[in-house]
Amino acid sequence: MAPKRTPLFDAHVAAGATMVDFAGFEMPVRYSSEREEHLAVRSGVGIFDVSHMGEVFVEGEGALAFVRGLVTNDAAKIVDGQAMYAGLLNERATFIDDVIVYRFSERRFLVCVNASNQDKDFAWIAAQAKEKAPGLKVTNQGADWSQLAVQGPKAVDVVAKLCDEGVRAIGGYHFREGTILGEAGIIARTGYTGEDGFELYVKNAHARKVWDAVLAAGALPCGLACRDTLRLEAGMCLYGNDIDDEHTPLEANLGWIVKLPEPGKERAPFVGMDVLVKQKAAGVQRLLRGLELVDRGIARHGYTVHDEAGASIGVVTSGTQTPFLNKAIAMAYLDRAHAELGHTVFVDVRGKKLKATVVKLPFYRRATTSKA
Amino acid sequence: MSKVPNDRRYTEEHEWAKKQGEVIVVGITDHAQASLGDVVFLELPEPGKKITKGKAFGVIESVKAASDLYAPLDGEVVEVNGPLVAAPEGVNKDAYDASWMIKVKPANAAAYDALMDAAAYTALLQKTAK
Repeated sequence: MAPKRTPLFDAHVAAGATMVDFAGFEMPVRYSSEREEHLAVRSGVGIFDVSHMGEVFVEGEGALAFVRGLVTNDAAKIVDGQAMYAGLLNERATFIDDVIVYRFSERRFLVCVNASNQDKDFAWIAAQAKEKAPGLKVTNQGADWSQLAVQGPKAVDVVAKLCDEGVRAIGGYHFREGTILGEAGIIARTGYTGEDGFELYVKNAHARKVWDAVLAAGALPCGLACRDTLRLEAGMCLYGNDIDDEHTPLEANLGWIVKLPEPGKERAPFVGMDVLVKQKAAGVQRLLRGLELVDRGIARHGYTVHDEAGASIGVVTSGTQTPFLNKAIAMAYLDRAHAELGHTVFVDVRGKKLKATVVKLPFYRRATTSKA
Repeated sequence: MSKVPNDRRYTEEHEWAKKQGEVIVVGITDHAQASLGDVVFLELPEPGKKITKGKAFGVIESVKAASDLYAPLDGEVVEVNGPLVAAPEGVNKDAYDASWMIKVKPANAAAYDALMDAAAYTALLQKTAK
């Protein structure tokens, strides 16, 4: 099957992008230098075409109760106009996907899903709805929407130009429906870079207009390569690398997106909850941690991690030499006994055991948070 | 289109080789550096190391991935570009000349002439671009 193209394909080619097949889409991996693109997002503003992401809408009476049962985070604990990061789990409590859930109202939600998982996710969500809430309308609108991520400390100035000054008041992980260059869309203060920024959802027909306006406002076009290094510095997981259907959110150190029952508080059960309650009580056997390499070299996905005696104690899930922090960092699942912060471990890099230190995630945290 | 100087030879794995007196200087092509993206790490053999045509003699890593460097011919490493190992991003600025990687004393001097010339390598790039 030929890869799909987003409505911005021609714009990417015109901007000199190197295109690659990613999750069934022909996407820009870089325009000039991923290092420059990375640094632009840390210090100025960049724009990413993330139209390959999927949009699943859940609408109707009982949508809130359904979403509470669907994902690990609790949609009853956020307000209308707020979004939350969550795990979409199977009965074994391992990840089908990681998603962002946008709450428009008790009756209307948007679940933003990974491109590579969108068919699987939609099938799962639709099947869950059929079983638990057959009156709900669940639609996969991924083919209708384009998504542009405007990211960086100066993103808010660009988005204010395209929309209105009111966007400055949108808090982190909040959103609103509004007009973007006069066209209806969704303006969300979310992102995948560890920087302040927005994700703009517009209908495909308007994507090029918005893209061109953001570039004209001074944003640098940014590809998937720097999106990966930015998210890694920010300690964010990538599905298929750091999380997958063999790991639970507790193992992935994502306890903060798992709302389990607490004494005296009601919690509608979600798929996988029972398994997580037991796992939390027993303690996890392995844990996703950050690594900083002490010896010179770069740890990559799939490399094994060892103790001083050489015994295998884990595996690297993501790793690179980061452009901003300028050091070799990685994420790895480590056996619990070796996961203490400050612990020394050894990564097998092409047969050499390179010394690394277990560190707390994220590697990078921006100095100020966006104003609510 | 990437640069392909006429004064040297090329491999299908996108290394260049250039005759300099008795030794062959080896690096990667402009096309290779552009495909890799920003280079952040370089691992090269010590002088004295024997290398074998078509076999990995080192590793180059970009932000995104690690790739092997392949020997264009059999021989022995006589010199390594230390400054480049310390600042491998130089490969992205100029893949030729300043970014040479190793100098090799070839086991058989005729092996150099068997490598692709600039025209053949350019044709290869055009073929793979389609």
